[in-house]
Amino acid sequence: MIRGERGIVSRVLVYGTLILITIAFLMPLVWMVATSFKTQSEASRATFSLLPDDPTQILKNARDNYTAVWNDPVVRFPVYLRNTLIIAGLSVVGMTLSSAIVAYGFARLEWRGKKALFALVLATMMIPFPVVMGPMFLLFSWIGWIGSLKPLWVPAFFAGAFNVFMLRQFFMGIPKDLDEAARIDGCGNWGIFWRIILPLSKPALAVVALFHFVFVWNDFLAPLIFLRNQDQFTLALGLQLYQSKAGQTPWNHLMAASTLVIAPVLVLFLLMQGALVKSVATTGIKG
Amino acid sequence: MSARTAQLKRDFAGWLWVSPWVIGFLAFLFGPMLVSLYYSFTDYPLLEPPIWTGLDNYRRMLSDETFRAVLWRTAKFAFIFIPLATIISLSIAGLLNGKVKAGGFFQAAVFIPTLVPMAGSAMIWLWMLNGEYGLINMSISRAFGWAGLTGANWLSDSKWAMPSIVMISLWSVGQMVIVYLAALKEVPDEMLEAAALDGMGPIRRFLSVVLPLISPVILFNVVTLMIGALQIFAIPYILSAATPGGDPRSMYFYTMYMYDNGFRYGQMGYASAQAWVQLLITLGLTAMLFIASKRLVHYRA
Repeated sequence: MIRGERGIVSRVLVYGTLILITIAFLMPLVWMVATSFKTQSEASRATFSLLPDDPTQILKNARDNYTAVWNDPVVRFPVYLRNTLIIAGLSVVGMTLSSAIVAYGFARLEWRGKKALFALVLATMMIPFPVVMGPMFLLFSWIGWIGSLKPLWVPAFFAGAFNVFMLRQFFMGIPKDLDEAARIDGCGNWGIFWRIILPLSKPALAVVALFHFVFVWNDFLAPLIFLRNQDQFTLALGLQLYQSKAGQTPWNHLMAASTLVIAPVLVLFLLMQGALVKSVATTGIKG
Repeated sequence: MSARTAQLKRDFAGWLWVSPWVIGFLAFLFGPMLVSLYYSFTDYPLLEPPIWTGLDNYRRMLSDETFRAVLWRTAKFAFIFIPLATIISLSIAGLLNGKVKAGGFFQAAVFIPTLVPMAGSAMIWLWMLNGEYGLINMSISRAFGWAGLTGANWLSDSKWAMPSIVMISLWSVGQMVIVYLAALKEVPDEMLEAAALDGMGPIRRFLSVVLPLISPVILFNVVTLMIGALQIFAIPYILSAATPGGDPRSMYFYTMYMYDNGFRYGQMGYASAQAWVQLLITLGLTAMLFIASKRLVHYRA
């Protein structure tokens, strides 16, 4: 572990292991994309090749497979994409804004009961969702929300414990002198929050928004319970429906559908990689 | 304005700012928890009002073979998965913590699978683990065919279902790798150098210098993993539905049975009792981990 102690042999071993690990972690994704570029008969044949037999056909195969998925008459991915974007868009706005407001209350204001309530916020992170899913379903069907997308985005407007925790840590790092100066200029809490804290917290807010977007995009159990008819399905549910629909779904089509569902999150991640990795690291340490 | 009114005003402002969380907590967590506690003492077929049956649901669990099977299977999964995930992610983090070029690339490579939706992950592994054309079996027979190894029917053979689920879950340990890497970077170089001067080898150094320093992070990760492992649902749910030839019981976990009871068999009372048992197990094990680790976990001042 001490620098300079390593010889050439150990360095080769380290890089060799790391490359093997990289292959192990990325191969399933590479194989998924590669399969989506093959014809049906090429896909269901034991071959190691990443490319179709005739590599010049790769674009044609891709077009055939992806349009077949996109235009499937029964499993309608365009509809699921729209639903997922509606839920994700509303949830991300609601979650980021409400968590920031709550975090401000914990980070900047002095009031009785704050410590105890914050401990409660942290404790709720341990409660498994399955514990409340039954009564929540009954609550939502009682107020008539089953059959709409509301059960999946309205709760996001009431802040999430983990995001409150993260934003509070971030807000506490912003110097209080700035608040005092703004107060002298006549700003109230809302002014300080809106004009000072939020603009200075853009990186943290972006991370919360991104995390929540990925969470909503990936969620399976909540949509499975709260969405009753296929017109309201999300992409995650739609993918499962596509796999299980009557008749054997060809592997090249199933992998094209999987790629369609997975790719947006990966692209988003690659665009925001730096900020994300950094924040995972710091929240883990502070937790 | 008296000091008293000023204090009340501050209290009001504080509670007003945190009110979104408080309302959400009452409406979507605490309220439903109380309701499910009540249901757990009733027989509730959903279409008719609940009937009070006292401890019947809890008694039923004791004699329910399926319940015992899913509880045992879930515990087994947690016991296999948590140590493996911890060892693997710590080892990868350790490799990346040295003087590694392109460290960012390797970090991204292990992190990317954690972003893949469970449904997508299930589809990918359904294909990778396919008995006939799956990449895993092709690789095994190519590499070890001379020894007569040709792979297995990973998902439909009840013997291989658990290892498959563990392997798929291990695919997304990347988040922990990043957390452990950050923790390892905090270990001061001087302490390692001093330990080396004292004649400690790399293994001793890891065990008696590094491990104590990162123990709070390990505890945090193990607790997080445990809470997640006890809830495992999407991957086995999708895979068992997608493996018609297999034994559906081999991938039947606690939350799946609860889901079936509540939403398919019309037994919301029994499902609620199972939910509460799950909650108590989660809280109990978390408390145990914290108590047991008191002596082992080292908090720096």
